[in-house]
Amino acid sequence: MSDFVLYGLASAVLFSIGLYGFLFHENLIRKLLALNIMGGSVFVLLGAVSHRNAAPDPDPVPQAMVLTGIVVAVSATALALAIARRIEAETGAPALPEETESE
Amino acid sequence: VIEPAVLTILLPAAGGCLAFILGGRSTPWLGIVVSSGALATAGWQAVVVWREGAQTYTLGGWGAPLGIDLYVDGLSSVMLLMTAVIMLAVGFYALGYFRSPPGGEWRERQAFTPLWLFLFAALNSLFSSSDVFNLYVALELLTLAGVSLVIIVGGRDALTAAMRYLLAAFAGSLLYLMGVALLYAEFGLLDLRLLSEVAADTDPALVALSLMTVGLMIKTALFPFHAWLPRAHAAAPAPVSAMLSGLVVKASFYLIARLWVEAFPESLSVSAAQLIGLLGALGILWGSLQALREASLKLVVAHSTVAQVGYLFLLIPLVTETAPAWQLDAWSGGFYHVLSHAFAKASLFLCAGTILYAFGNDRIESLRGLSARLPMTTFAFGIAGVALIGLPPSGSFLAKWLLLSSALGSDQWWWAVVIAAGTLLSGAYVFRLLRHAFAPAEGEATMNRIPRFMELVSLALALVALTLGLRAAEVLQLLEVAAPFVEAVP
Repeated sequence: MSDFVLYGLASAVLFSIGLYGFLFHENLIRKLLALNIMGGSVFVLLGAVSHRNAAPDPDPVPQAMVLTGIVVAVSATALALAIARRIEAETGAPALPEETESE
Repeated sequence: VIEPAVLTILLPAAGGCLAFILGGRSTPWLGIVVSSGALATAGWQAVVVWREGAQTYTLGGWGAPLGIDLYVDGLSSVMLLMTAVIMLAVGFYALGYFRSPPGGEWRERQAFTPLWLFLFAALNSLFSSSDVFNLYVALELLTLAGVSLVIIVGGRDALTAAMRYLLAAFAGSLLYLMGVALLYAEFGLLDLRLLSEVAADTDPALVALSLMTVGLMIKTALFPFHAWLPRAHAAAPAPVSAMLSGLVVKASFYLIARLWVEAFPESLSVSAAQLIGLLGALGILWGSLQALREASLKLVVAHSTVAQVGYLFLLIPLVTETAPAWQLDAWSGGFYHVLSHAFAKASLFLCAGTILYAFGNDRIESLRGLSARLPMTTFAFGIAGVALIGLPPSGSFLAKWLLLSSALGSDQWWWAVVIAAGTLLSGAYVFRLLRHAFAPAEGEATMNRIPRFMELVSLALALVALTLGLRAAEVLQLLEVAAPFVEAVP
């Protein structure tokens, strides 16, 4: 198995774990962690793509995409955490209210 | 030389930063100046495209594939103009809306101007970019600005609605980003127009496109991914709802159409296209039925967005393996609907905001007597409603006409049935609201004074939506500059 396939499979597994966590956890912090795992899986794939041909100089474009992607993910996570804290201050739990009621 | 496409992005982005740094009571006026400038550059851009055809701008002199290209054709110019007009109108309206109680505390209202301008910049960069990764960044900026705008006034409903919106949009973005990574792994390219030259119907490309499409469908709130939309759009302050419902959901649809129809037309099978159309049809029915049941005005208008977004997706089956003439009708009809709905829906939300501002609530029963108390807003509401239903001479009449002729011409009569049923249902929920608005008032209601220009803004937007059908030849001609299918039509 080539390195590229290995990284590709790892990325697919991480993406699935993240998606599962996002869909089935109620706690907002866990949901956000799951989304970040999904984001990480994309970055793993992009990292592997940049080094795919085992050339001495890796392709810089996917690396630039990872860098930008991290910045975007950090911003979105920061905003989501800020909202989650305010929801906790209002309702007492970092979860979406209707879902906690239906438990 | 600074290109108009660069200016339309740069002006609101720089204005937003400046408004954020300066703060203070003059920033809303700074926003008006900046967005007027952006409207002027969008007009300039449209004139250039009208005269000289589609334009490509290489940022910093680095062309694709390494650099990022901006690409503006007729469709982009129409979208940019639509965005600029509605953003400017919303900015004017916000001058009044955020002046008193429903607009929240001053500290919170201050956040509106920079975020409004950032949203404006994100929309402009989305409509003029042709690089799939740059488009991802634009989508994320759109989400971050949009979610923050939902919560500027705060409150429990707005917070939870914004959280749902953010989670849905974040997940959608990651699905889209995974698709971008796979596309790059397969083709080594990010530019949509270069991709369309090498596009091949391979399995990895199909997986990538499916992930991107599902991600974008979540952001467009296509049934069954619509659950986040009604509450987010209803809980937001009215000027924000107008931008989100009128413009932001269209941005991700625009991208879906570009991806499938322009870049990868071979990858879309007839059965997949029919499935997408079916989701659109279910959205039309579901959104309309919910709109008939809701008890508050803003929730009715928000559910109507779910329904109206459904029409856009009928474009996909109508352009898949049909004759070029029907493809062009569907393409133009779909985007004419984007245009018309944007103006009608922005006007409806602004009217709802005016009513909320005047009476402190927007329950449908308390609309009684509205025609006597706020005649101009009632008039604007009626006109926007007529434009939403699609009665002539509104733009959506023309849009539905084009979609219907495409559906019947390409022997897909079932979509014609859906369009007709959706039109009747939208008539039902619009007239339900108007019936209450024209009912005689019961007793005296306390009413906040409304600045006259707020009512005028919503009326102006409604009149644009109504009269779009009258200047159709010019709009269609601009829309069809460098559009797909045009050359194949005799």
